[in-house]
Amino acid sequence: MLKYTEDHEWLRAEGDEIAVGITKHASEQLGDVVFIELPEAGREVVAGEEIVVIESVKAASDIVAPVAGVITAVNGDLADAPGDVNADPLAAWFFRIKPADAGAMDGFMDEAAYNELIG
Amino acid sequence: MRAAPVNRCRAPGTEHEGDSMSEKLRRTGLYQLHLSQGGRMVPFAGWEMPVQFAAGVLNEHLHTRAQAGLFDVGHMGQVQVFPRDGNLQSAALALETLIPADVMGLAEGRQRYGLFTNRHGGIMDDLMFANRGDHFLLVVNAACAEQDIAHLRGLEGVRVRPVADRGLIALQGPAAGAALARLIPGTAAMRFMDLRDFDWQGAGLWISRSGYTGEDGFEISVPEASLRGFAEALLEQPEVLPVGLGARDSLRLEAGLPLYGHDMDAGVTPSEAALGWSIPKVRRNGGCRAGGFPGAARVLAELQDGPARIRRGLRPEGRAPIREGVALFAAETGGEPLAQVRSGGFGASVGGPVAMALLDPRLPEGTRLWAELRGKRIPVAIAPLPFITPSYKR
Repeated sequence: MLKYTEDHEWLRAEGDEIAVGITKHASEQLGDVVFIELPEAGREVVAGEEIVVIESVKAASDIVAPVAGVITAVNGDLADAPGDVNADPLAAWFFRIKPADAGAMDGFMDEAAYNELIG
Repeated sequence: MRAAPVNRCRAPGTEHEGDSMSEKLRRTGLYQLHLSQGGRMVPFAGWEMPVQFAAGVLNEHLHTRAQAGLFDVGHMGQVQVFPRDGNLQSAALALETLIPADVMGLAEGRQRYGLFTNRHGGIMDDLMFANRGDHFLLVVNAACAEQDIAHLRGLEGVRVRPVADRGLIALQGPAAGAALARLIPGTAAMRFMDLRDFDWQGAGLWISRSGYTGEDGFEISVPEASLRGFAEALLEQPEVLPVGLGARDSLRLEAGLPLYGHDMDAGVTPSEAALGWSIPKVRRNGGCRAGGFPGAARVLAELQDGPARIRRGLRPEGRAPIREGVALFAAETGGEPLAQVRSGGFGASVGGPVAMALLDPRLPEGTRLWAELRGKRIPVAIAPLPFITPSYKR
C-alpha cells in the first residue's frame, strides 16, 4: 500500500526498505522533467534532507528524504529517461531507503488523506 | 557593472509564475478558450497567460517545429503612429529619432525589426514596425508597452494610437502556411516580413509573415469580436495545436532570438545584444541619416570598434539546464565570474540544455567555460547561434 508525504512523494514498502517517487499531482505541477540528479547508494541521510535534484522545463526542485536512513539503491534508468516521471509517476521510483526506524512509514498519509490535501 | 540604470520595464510583480497574484491581471480575449483547451494560466508581464496546455511544454515545442503551433500573444502592445500632416515620411523621420533603423526606406506592406535606445545607448525595448500606407504599426513587449507609448507621445508631428480593440495571435511552424491558406488563401503568396490586410468572414485581419520561433509562420492581428472564432477556426486545422509561453520561450531560445528583460535591457547596447544588424548603413557613421537617435554616439562607436561583450550561445555538457542568473567562470575552480547566464533552459529540438550570455567576443567557439550550479561547476561550451537552423520563408 502506498503512503504519501506533504512534499508530494509516494512511499512504497518493499521488504524492510521504502521505494520513493513523486505523485501524479507533483509531476503535473512540475511539467515535463528533463534532468534528474540522484544520490549515491550507501549514503546515510536524515529526514527532510534534499537528496534528488529534479529539473523540469520550468524550474528546479528537490526531492527530500522522507525518513532518516540509508539509501540502498537508486534508479539510474530514470536519469537517462527523465520523461518517465511524467509518463508514469507511480512506476518511476527515484531511490530506495532503509529506514533507521522500522515504523517510519506509519505516520504518513494514506491515499484518501493525500487526495484531500491536494483538493 | 555599468553606470546606466538597469530598467527591465517589467510590469510590477508579474513577470514570473508564482509571483503575487494581488496585482489586477489583464486577460486577453482568448482567456476562456485557453481554459477550455486545458491551459495552465500564470501571471506574465501584467497579464494572465497560458504557460502550457494539455500536451505539455516539450510536446508543444516539438509540435511547433514539426507542424504548427497557435500562440496567444495578445499581451503584446500594438500601437499605430500616424503623421499629423498626412505625409507618412514625417512619421518615418520622427520614428527614426527613437529607433536606429531605416524607417524611411521601408516600403508599404513590409515590416522590420528595430530597437528603442536610451541616451546611454542601452536598449529600452525591441519591436516590430510595419508600413501600413497611412501609418506605421508597431508591436512592442507587453511589460514595456506603457513606457514605449509615453516615449512615442514625446514625438512631434505624430498621433499615437494604442490599439485596444484587437487581439494578436501567432501561428508558427512548417505547416502554418498550409493551415492558414485553407482559411485565407491569399496568405500563401506572402514572403517573410510582408504585412498585408485580409478579410476573414467580414473581419479585417492584419497579417505579417513573421514570428519568434525560428520557424515560418504568421502574426495575426484580429478584431476582438472575431478573435475567438478565428482562433477556433485555426485550432480546427489538423496541423494546429495550442502552445503556451513555456514553449514560446524554449523555441525562441533555440532560434537564438533574444528576449527583452533577459538577454538585453537598458544596460545592454545593440552591439552587445548582437543586434547591430538591425542598424543599417544609412544610420551608421558615414550614412546619409547617421545618428540622430538616443545614445547614438556610443552605439555607432561600438558598431565600428566592436563591443567588449556580446551575446553568445552556450551548450552545457550533460542534461542539466543552466538557467538565467547562473554564474559563468573561466576555470573549474576559483576566479571571479565572467558573466551570468541571461537566458537558458532545455532545448527540446536540440535534445539538451541551451543558454545565452554576454561574453568576450574574442573567445573562440568551442571555448570551455564553467557554470556554477548548486555549488558544482559544470562545463559549458561557447556555441554558434542559432542552435537550430531557422526556416523563414524569404
